[in-house]
Amino acid sequence: MVTLPRRAGRLEEVSTEVVTPAASAVFAPRSRSGVALRVTPVDEVGLEARARTFTTRSIKTTSKRAAINLAISCIDLTTLEGMDTPGKVAALCRKAVRPDPANPGLPSVAAVCVYPQMVPAAVLHTTGTGVHVASVAGAFPSGQSSMAVRVADIEQAVADGADEIDIVISRGAFLSGDYRYVFNEIEAQKVACGPAHLKVILETGELGSYDQIRKASMLAMAAGADFIKTSTGKVAQNSSMPVALCMAEAIRDYADQTGEIVGLKVAGGIRTAKQAWHYLVLIAETLGTQWLTPDLFRIGASSLLNDLLLQIQKLDTGRYSGPNYVSVD
Amino acid sequence: MAARLDVQKTYKLFIGGAFPRSESGRTFALLARNGSLIANVAQASRKDLRDAVVAARSAQPGWAARTAYNRGQILYRVAEVMESRRGEFAEDLNRCGVPIASARKEVERAIDRWVWYAGWCDKFHHLAGTVNSVAGPYFNFTMPEPTGVVGIVAPESPGLLGLVSRLAPALVSGNTAVVLTGEASPLTAVSLAEVVATSDVPGGVVNILTGATKEMLPWLLGHRDVNAVDLTGAPNLEAATVAEAAENVKRLIRGEPDDQSPYVIADFCEMKTVWHPVGR
Repeated sequence: MVTLPRRAGRLEEVSTEVVTPAASAVFAPRSRSGVALRVTPVDEVGLEARARTFTTRSIKTTSKRAAINLAISCIDLTTLEGMDTPGKVAALCRKAVRPDPANPGLPSVAAVCVYPQMVPAAVLHTTGTGVHVASVAGAFPSGQSSMAVRVADIEQAVADGADEIDIVISRGAFLSGDYRYVFNEIEAQKVACGPAHLKVILETGELGSYDQIRKASMLAMAAGADFIKTSTGKVAQNSSMPVALCMAEAIRDYADQTGEIVGLKVAGGIRTAKQAWHYLVLIAETLGTQWLTPDLFRIGASSLLNDLLLQIQKLDTGRYSGPNYVSVD
Repeated sequence: MAARLDVQKTYKLFIGGAFPRSESGRTFALLARNGSLIANVAQASRKDLRDAVVAARSAQPGWAARTAYNRGQILYRVAEVMESRRGEFAEDLNRCGVPIASARKEVERAIDRWVWYAGWCDKFHHLAGTVNSVAGPYFNFTMPEPTGVVGIVAPESPGLLGLVSRLAPALVSGNTAVVLTGEASPLTAVSLAEVVATSDVPGGVVNILTGATKEMLPWLLGHRDVNAVDLTGAPNLEAATVAEAAENVKRLIRGEPDDQSPYVIADFCEMKTVWHPVGR
């Protein structure tokens, strides 16, 4: 038997004191209704194991059709390219209102999601259809502008007719521990939104850990977010099942603590129908079926819609379909 | 010394450059004529077929965009690697009931046929394409272009030569292929897949599914993202089955199991005609 040599005094060399930035030590956010928030740590291994179980469900025939219809009605059909034109946005809106011209029974998507400059075009082509117009704003996707510029950006988008605003938190401030700044910034942008819904993007790929994601979720909800959203789709790491589960659990716990209901939007990298219903299962089993509505759950995507249409065609015709049978985005 | 344990090969599918088991988990027993077990082979399902078509579709533009010369080099490489595994191919055929002498001969002919078709990659355009005389001041060209994703029902016999005779000409022009090998000679098909996987052929260009052709053929014919199906290995199909292909105006090809001709390459092509005004 081998005995490890004792190193005298080793414990004493390591400080057990946890160093926290001064800002966070004094900052304890409260919910809109005044409840002080507790942010508990996340069990990383348990979270990832739980997230994996959502991908193993078998969804067939009538359930599959229901899942596809629900997924379509929860989509924020998105185009966020520097090369977007009013013409392209018009085409996107037509597709949003009637996803498959050959199949009028399908629901419309929840919203189109565009850059602020494209909002007038989107409003022009969706008025009276029930499809919302979401605009990214507030120096999307970096968020690296002054508060005044970000607020003006939002006010312009709302004035042009956007009824949903997607903003991104200042990750730099959040990561350096300046939670109060992040909180105040979201609060100010919520005021700028006026009647429009506010979706707060955490950009989880840049936050570093599930604990941070949970903390940011709580912070955003307390500061007035109507939705919290995973990512911009502009960085390498997009939405994933564990990240969405982490945020859904934060929403659930926030609702338990405060009684306030906040929605979840997953975005980035969701391209296949299968992925879409993995997320539906995640929502149903974490938050409950009351969250399975476009008012509380959104999927930000562009190519996903085509894959959902192909699956519907397969169900309708009994033949595998192909990309030639849906419109090119 | 203790006798060495058998190391049995698992005969799996070939989809997108990887060797997965069937999604369904099924296998079938390949039996010799005397009823003894030769091997258990993966039995593909319609979902494996679906996955194979997705792999073939995503590989097709890249394969067609390579220069004809480069496609020729890669196909020649396939023949080189087959050459180094001649013994294995002959043994596979022999285990399925072909006498060893004729098995060796068949393997040699199959390799020679790969080489022959590889050489046509940068030459068949000159044969299949034409310059047409038209009544107007135009240059008028007809050029062969790959059809796209091609389904191939491999002939049951000859096991290796039949497969090579249908697969190689399909690849020459830039098509990608989903092959149904049937249940008669899956071993050589899996060995060929291993050759393809180690011969610089991009993943998804060749996909090989072992299993019941009868079960999967209606799905292949009905698949709207498959552009052509070679029915050489399924000569006596019911009209109702073939009608599945009509829905998306699929190209159906019927040839000979042991054919070697540049016109077979053209069978797997679409002809595009271009009118260009004559300048001064």
